[in-house]
Amino acid sequence: MAETVIQISNLSVILGENFPALVDVNLDLPRGKVIGFIGPSGAGKTTLIRAIVGRQSFKSGKIIIDGIAAGSPKLRSQISYMTQELSVYPDLTVTENLGYFSTMFGLSKADSKKIVQTILSTVEMADFKNQLVSKLSGGQKQRVSLAVALIGSPPLMVLDEPTVGLDPVLREQLWELFRQLALKGTTLIISSHVMDEAERCDDLVLIREGKILAHDTPKNLIASTGTKTVEQSFLKLVGKTK
Amino acid sequence: MSIIKILSTAKRVLSQLSHDPRTVALILLVPSILLTILKYVFQGESRVFDNIAPMILGIFPLIMMFIITSIATLRERTIGTLDRLMTYPMSKLDFIFGYALAFAGVAFAQAVLASFVVLGLLHVTVLGGTLPVIISAVVAAFLGTSLGLFMSAFATSEFQAVQFMPAFILPQLLTCGLFVPRDHMAKILQWFANIMPLTYSVDAMKQVTDHVNWTSDLTRDLIVVVSFGVVALVLGSATIKRRS
Repeated sequence: MAETVIQISNLSVILGENFPALVDVNLDLPRGKVIGFIGPSGAGKTTLIRAIVGRQSFKSGKIIIDGIAAGSPKLRSQISYMTQELSVYPDLTVTENLGYFSTMFGLSKADSKKIVQTILSTVEMADFKNQLVSKLSGGQKQRVSLAVALIGSPPLMVLDEPTVGLDPVLREQLWELFRQLALKGTTLIISSHVMDEAERCDDLVLIREGKILAHDTPKNLIASTGTKTVEQSFLKLVGKTK
Repeated sequence: MSIIKILSTAKRVLSQLSHDPRTVALILLVPSILLTILKYVFQGESRVFDNIAPMILGIFPLIMMFIITSIATLRERTIGTLDRLMTYPMSKLDFIFGYALAFAGVAFAQAVLASFVVLGLLHVTVLGGTLPVIISAVVAAFLGTSLGLFMSAFATSEFQAVQFMPAFILPQLLTCGLFVPRDHMAKILQWFANIMPLTYSVDAMKQVTDHVNWTSDLTRDLIVVVSFGVVALVLGSATIKRRS
């Protein structure tokens, strides 16, 4: 088992007046892996993600990332966060967006230019670099948002549903990119409610109604539940099938 | 806080505006056009226009910057960019001052153009000269920007945000001394006017209109307006939460 990078213990989050979004979550997440947070809409994936990136306040529990409490200013240059919303500026061009976010990392102008160019070719958006984001297609917008998350090569990337609504070819490309990043040592947390994406992850966290149903590799999960796919395992764990 | 991050935020806000030329044209031209219309509304009583035109120069920038800033920051809150920025190595003040700086620049252009129209083309005389008029107009715009930033935190939709203008600015406009001298109003409204920032912005313009020299009242007015602006910025930054 790989070294643990994120330690979550006894995490509970109440949203609004009285909605238990997360209930006593305990997780040790490995470094340099593609970790999938898989579960239906409303399961608590986004809340867990927001807690890890330090945007969600919580009453009880602890999240330690590389020995530092989540939300600490020291972690801000170490984590990138792609929200479910577009979270880039529609009225700026692709390059202007990347240029702006890159200044937050204190890069020099020349460095930032170089990095922006590399990232644009990584997400295959170099041809559209001078287009306004508002004029792009849905999949292209998503790639711009992902490109922003790549700036600064953060060791931890937290991507909330990065592949939702993308065509199969593009999805394939992105998963290839995630795999390469993990090979270079980046830890990726990727949420999805699409079960077939789960099988591409190194490590799976199944979430439902604010609780962790299971945390294992896809292979072990399928084996231990005696099923053929992650989807079947999920259903079995939920108790919907025999 | 970092100067580079403030400047790059200001540049980013201005780039956004530059991709929207219609908005830029509206910001720059609407005050001048309205003032020109007003000139001919008061055709028979040109002295009235001479009196109120400078005051209006202290009001327009505030109103327009208020509306624009509250919408811009509300958008930032709803499209997820603020969410993302708050996980970055960026201070909340970098964000706020970046906005304030960008819109102060826009306000400067607006004020220069409107002052040129009022003083040059419409032949209104202000004893204090052009520069104090522009300074007072930019200060008013800064206040509008700060109030817009602050108030946007209380709007959950654009519908609400645009209505903060009539709800929050119009009462100040009615009581600031533009329509009726303030000492002719009911006592309670005088008290209200005395604690509202727009009153001081309008008063500053009156000072510039009526006095050749820079008066101590003008200094006081501008300090009051800037202080209100700074307080609103600080409160505005408190409404941006790292964690919620």
